[in-house]
Amino acid sequence: MDSTLPILVNSGLLGTSAIVPAVIGLGGLGIAFGIVLAIASERLAVKIDPRVSEVLGVLPGINCGACGQPGCEGYAENVVAGKAPLTLCAPGGPDVAKKIAGVLGVAIEVGERLVAFCHCKGGIDSEWKYDYDGIPTCGAAALIASGPIACNYGCMGFYDCVDACKYDAFAIAPNGMPVVNAAKCVACKACVNACPRGLFEMVPISRKVHILCSNLDKGKAVKDVCQVGCIGCTRCVKKCDSGAISMKEGLAVIDYSKGEINLEAVEACPVGVIHHYGYQDPITWQPPVKEAIRAVVEQE
Amino acid sequence: MGIGEAFTILISSIFVYNFILSRFLGLCPYMGVSKDTSSAIGMGMAVIFVMTLASAVTWPVYRFLLAPTSANLWYRIFGGSPADYDLTRVLRTISFILVIAGLVQFVEMFIRKASPGLYRALGIYLALITTNCAVLGVAVLNIDMFFQNAQPVPGSYLKSVLQGFCSGIGFTFAMLLMSSIRERLDLADVPEALRGIPIAFIVASIMSMAFLGFAGLI
Repeated sequence: MDSTLPILVNSGLLGTSAIVPAVIGLGGLGIAFGIVLAIASERLAVKIDPRVSEVLGVLPGINCGACGQPGCEGYAENVVAGKAPLTLCAPGGPDVAKKIAGVLGVAIEVGERLVAFCHCKGGIDSEWKYDYDGIPTCGAAALIASGPIACNYGCMGFYDCVDACKYDAFAIAPNGMPVVNAAKCVACKACVNACPRGLFEMVPISRKVHILCSNLDKGKAVKDVCQVGCIGCTRCVKKCDSGAISMKEGLAVIDYSKGEINLEAVEACPVGVIHHYGYQDPITWQPPVKEAIRAVVEQE
Repeated sequence: MGIGEAFTILISSIFVYNFILSRFLGLCPYMGVSKDTSSAIGMGMAVIFVMTLASAVTWPVYRFLLAPTSANLWYRIFGGSPADYDLTRVLRTISFILVIAGLVQFVEMFIRKASPGLYRALGIYLALITTNCAVLGVAVLNIDMFFQNAQPVPGSYLKSVLQGFCSGIGFTFAMLLMSSIRERLDLADVPEALRGIPIAFIVASIMSMAFLGFAGLI
């Protein structure tokens, strides 16, 4: 390096500067590569609709997969291409659906934000049919003789749902049941898919009355396996004035598209399997006390 | 260049002087992209392409623009004596980097068009091949090994390109080994403090100790 510069300087023909071959050489190389790259960028151009990046900006960007599309970017591309409906984003809810409609310039009617809910209150007091010593997941336990717990429809307590939730939306109630925190639930449906018993349902976030059982049997068959299961007595169906409760075999189910359930229907349940979450903290899991609820109702 | 020499270059680039495990060059994509086999293979293919083309393009740049020989273009144009135009030390690094940067841009455009999934999987690591010391290393190594007093040895160009290609294969080989191990490591019970990059480095160092076994083969 030290002997190079004087040699170049003494070359005479290039003047006193060593810069000339450097400038011409590098400049020439740069121009040559620039031309090649410019041609390549034309030939290899990837056309993207600018609306795709706008829609992507509107989406939550958490890539939860609830929409069934390959991530938020995949959903943005499909929605702009018209291959996917605008309302698929569950975490974004109706707000995001309206914003997507705004970007694409279409009108849209949206429903209410949904959260997951577990229809069981068996908990750790449920009886077990047999000693289970296998893989400690609900999926594995459900495969052996209809599951280790006495109730063939209920929660087995290995918390596959809690493990599936990536958004920390689960709390465990004192009786051992997993409870969804509606504020943190992103509606990605991971718990819905994880539960082998299908206990989770997506319910509108504003609904307060839920039935905490999924046992389709009636009467004594339910009483034998669970103290707090729905026995199919149909008293709630008769007392409900909005017609939202109906019987599916031996189980009362709520149709969330109909009106909210009235208090008489909630109180009519002899086992206490219908809960009104307006007056009960789901985490502390107090049983419905009719007098306490009446007192709150009368104060309002 | 006989088959024996070609084989020597092949074995030495892949095993004895593996760029990652023996020379410790190019560790950034090695750690960054080796979490999952498909992206590791994709990155490996990109590196093979860039290394081969970089060797193919930097060799003539060195021979005709930088080396003080009678083939030097400046000597041909401006006269004087070849020794006046010794730009090997001055312009070598920057012109090689220019060539490599151009090639990497081209590869990036091509991958974006041909395989958007791979493009997203590689992310920023594709552009980082430019500053990857392994690619510059193979270009400089070709010069050191296949030029004597700025004159090319017989078969120099072919040997350079072959070395670039085989170094890329060695790189891919090391990435593949690492990604297979890391996929299994994800399921293993690793202590909290070591999860992710620390355990990957420990694994890499054990692998490189294993590759020491090849020393003396050539």
